[in-house]
Amino acid sequence: MTGRTERLREESLAAEPAISAERALLITEFYRENEGRWSVPVLRAKSFYHLCEKKTIYIGDGELVVGERGPAPKLVSTYPELTCHSLEDLRILDSREKTWYRVDEACLKIYRESVIPYWEGRSLREKIFAALPEEWHEAYRHGIFTEFMEQRAPGHTVLDDKIYRKGLLDFKKEIAQAIEALDFAADPDAWARREELVAMDISCDAVILFAERHAKLAESMAAATSDAARKQELLKIAANCRWVPAHAPTDYWEALQSYWFCHLAVITELNGWDAFSPGHLDQHLHPFYLQGVESGTLTEAGARELMECFFVKFNNHPSPPKVGVTAAESGTYTDFANINLGGLLPDGSDGSNEVSHLILDVIDEMHLLQPSSNVQLSRKSPDAFLKHTLKVVRNGYGFPSIFNADAVVEEQLRQGKTLVDARAGGCSGCVEVGAFGKEAYILTGYFNLVKMLELALHDGVDPMTGRQLGPRTGRAESFNSFEALFEAFRAQLSHFIDIKIRGNRLIEMIYASTMPAPFLSVLTDDCISRGVDYNAGGARYNNSFIQGVGIGSITDALSAIKEQVFERKAIPLADLVAELDADFAGQEPLRQRLWNKTRKYGNDDDYADDLMRLVFDAFFDVVDGRPNTKNGVYRIEMLPTTCHVYFGSVVGATPDGRRRGTPLSEGISPVQGADRNGPTAVIRSAGKMDHIRSGGTLLNLKFSPTLLFDANGLDGVAGLVRSYFRMDGHHVQFNVVNVATLKRAQANPSEHRDLIVRVAGYSDYFCDLSVELQNEIIARTEHASF
Amino acid sequence: MSSGVIFNLQRYSLHDGPGIRTTVFLKGCPARCWWCHNPESHAATPEIACSQNRCISCDACLLACHEGLRPRNACRNCGACAEACPTGAREMIGRETTAADVFKEILKDRMFFEDSGGGVTFSGGEPLCQPAFLKELLSKCRAHGIHTAVDTAALCPTEPLIDLAPLVDLFLFDLKCADNDLHLRGTGTGNAAILANLEALGRVHRNIWIRIPVVPGFNDTAQEMEALAGLAAGAAGVREVWLLPYHGSWSAKPARLGKKAPKEAATAQAPAAETMDNFARLFTNRGLDIRIGGV
Repeated sequence: MTGRTERLREESLAAEPAISAERALLITEFYRENEGRWSVPVLRAKSFYHLCEKKTIYIGDGELVVGERGPAPKLVSTYPELTCHSLEDLRILDSREKTWYRVDEACLKIYRESVIPYWEGRSLREKIFAALPEEWHEAYRHGIFTEFMEQRAPGHTVLDDKIYRKGLLDFKKEIAQAIEALDFAADPDAWARREELVAMDISCDAVILFAERHAKLAESMAAATSDAARKQELLKIAANCRWVPAHAPTDYWEALQSYWFCHLAVITELNGWDAFSPGHLDQHLHPFYLQGVESGTLTEAGARELMECFFVKFNNHPSPPKVGVTAAESGTYTDFANINLGGLLPDGSDGSNEVSHLILDVIDEMHLLQPSSNVQLSRKSPDAFLKHTLKVVRNGYGFPSIFNADAVVEEQLRQGKTLVDARAGGCSGCVEVGAFGKEAYILTGYFNLVKMLELALHDGVDPMTGRQLGPRTGRAESFNSFEALFEAFRAQLSHFIDIKIRGNRLIEMIYASTMPAPFLSVLTDDCISRGVDYNAGGARYNNSFIQGVGIGSITDALSAIKEQVFERKAIPLADLVAELDADFAGQEPLRQRLWNKTRKYGNDDDYADDLMRLVFDAFFDVVDGRPNTKNGVYRIEMLPTTCHVYFGSVVGATPDGRRRGTPLSEGISPVQGADRNGPTAVIRSAGKMDHIRSGGTLLNLKFSPTLLFDANGLDGVAGLVRSYFRMDGHHVQFNVVNVATLKRAQANPSEHRDLIVRVAGYSDYFCDLSVELQNEIIARTEHASF
Repeated sequence: MSSGVIFNLQRYSLHDGPGIRTTVFLKGCPARCWWCHNPESHAATPEIACSQNRCISCDACLLACHEGLRPRNACRNCGACAEACPTGAREMIGRETTAADVFKEILKDRMFFEDSGGGVTFSGGEPLCQPAFLKELLSKCRAHGIHTAVDTAALCPTEPLIDLAPLVDLFLFDLKCADNDLHLRGTGTGNAAILANLEALGRVHRNIWIRIPVVPGFNDTAQEMEALAGLAAGAAGVREVWLLPYHGSWSAKPARLGKKAPKEAATAQAPAAETMDNFARLFTNRGLDIRIGGV
């Protein structure tokens, strides 16, 4: 880091997340005056223009890449047209223990006097909740699924290379041509397309204006400063802002600034999930980097400093605040903007380059929560690139995560994308796969797989509340075979997936009709040529996803039932269910037996792993290929964010010995502590899932830094990754634990059963070690600290 | 098809040869080194162990025991208590198994071996205590192109060692000390046969790593290390020498087996890094490729 970026980083870390009412007030004023005057797309575009025209412009001292969504760093906008926070919501945001957002009196006053009186009863969230049927609400309340779009807009969207080749003025020309080409005689939708295209055109003007306002501020700051060096910087910033994103960038600095304006525009227009992401940033920047270095206008150090400034901008933007269940499912400040490194070029060759390594160094040095980063590793990626990645991972924070670029392509080909579009795609959010710049790939909600088994064991009744939630599929004593029980599970699954998809389609329709996103549509092929909005199916590809949670937990539960009830006949199913309902009260030996002696997922044991595949297939069969409202289909993913904790809290004790209310397994990782045969066994088990039929899976492996510390450790982990990817594994993330975690594990062993540490030339589960040895490892880890 | 007794099969071993390895621990050893990290390997047959910290005092073991569980010397190691134990506190150390079954486990990590340049290591105990079993395992690996290492103290007749050698890609040859009397005191056996085996092996094998544990109060003197360096330098076929610093990570094991911890363990300290470096220099001086083992 340079002195400049060290200071910017410190300021970003020190700034407190707080709610800014500026956007809420501007949008409220605009709607109060104008709602009903124009078509919905044009109203949205003009309201966006109003925001770009009126919002406070900020350029921080020493910044090289400029622009904030809020009036200053870490000041977070709200979107009352989507979710109108109540005064109570705002107070909770201010006072909650984790992921709080400061709310001051001025903000409360604006909400009380302007925002709430206008939006109460009008916000999209209220419209959605009012329109959804009671069956949906009941399932939602009972923690069967969550809903992504109830307070944040469809997002999960990544930019391709288009803004590095074209400016917004070029897109305006394309929009004009598309309007020109409309055939009002032959096409009954031509008028609707025209409104949408006019809205896109206005949104381009809005962003150009937004950039121009930064140019003016930079010029006036340049005039006011006596620091000659800073004056030069400010004049270059002004020139950048005047040129991009109206035109295609001509150098590395402009390229970064152009992306950043597009990023801000997308996250100002709506609060889409996962913010917005630059995609293959290293590939996009590489030509500008080479041209700068070859012409002598850019040094390696200069490129690095600009990249560091760019990183700080992401960290300045905590996610828009979430409330209720949605806060529980992903309670974090991170907004999941994600940078892809490496991967493949559209011609199929290796995509890693000098900028990939430069960005890896920046990740290592900056250690910021945002942006997230990931490495796309293909068969063609050099080992040096993987080793560099692992060295960064070793230093903590779990980033970058590592993806199988070849599997990512294959997954997309299965979905019917072209080879070139698939290669230009990649991963965003946590692990989600999409065709960058050409797809609306929308996560719609987490789905509680374990709850389906619980309902099947209770004839459709939720034992936590006593409500008859699902269909009556038979009481526990009526199942005389494992297969009969599994059919009941399948029936419950099918019932609730139907409820989820029915609700999803309603929500899709509401977004399409009331909440278009014209600027995001400009950036997403083929919205312009089709004259259709991103939220209405304008993108070239439109996959929607339901994310299954708890595959490890349900596999182990089924394994315990299959072996103990139906094969060994050690306990009748009805008796087992009675013990689950009592949370194993007075039955610790039974619980211990189930916990310790069930054949569990994550141990490379086909007995359990075959059951995992059975559940995966059942989930896939009931979801994959069902149409959404946007000419796309539903597909599955296997990831939890933090939802496994919430879903666990609404599930009673399970047959694998898990206690009531405790977390479910995370991602496709084994149940915490269930894997006893080391990382190769976990990877083999996870590799038995058919990842290619998913839209993303998440595998988290925990290691102590010492396990990665020496060359042997690094080589071993590199081998693990390469082998997992040969098995078509989608993603793996190495969670490198620190001393604090080791100490917590020592105090609460049951919650950290899966923690692997290197002991003495071998690895072991930390919690299985003697206290003395644990202390020794803590001391050693402290010694070897980053 | 031969059968044998193994007591552990450790996947993702990184320190018993190159790459990602599966280490198969064969049970049974004639030596009794007090610093032994695997005291559960000593007996040749399966035995019961108990980890008190996992016991929930449910008495399932008592109810299951054919001998009433007490006194211990009545135990026939039938395993009924381990089967009954819900927490895994009581477990059988070692199981009789066939080479085919072990090989099935080995094959599971074949892809990892290929991607990391790893393979299988047969360790113990003294794996050469079960020569027929070991040979069949090695033959299967060779037939499938899997890299093999044998971690041995060569406490065996020369003939089976030489017989196996063509099937072994790498020998991890343990040398504990050069002095015969010291060896007898520290391990319960002399080292004449071991040294003869090293010489014989060197005549037929070209990839031997000598591994020397540096044990406080036993061989941690410059004199002993100098003598070991001489032995290593004089032996044919030696590619690398590894010095492995003593550590106490095994200290909980004797109690689990119902044994007393050796008196030496109470005061033994891991050698200082500087001491290790000084010892290493004695080997470097003789032109040996020396490595110090990881923690």
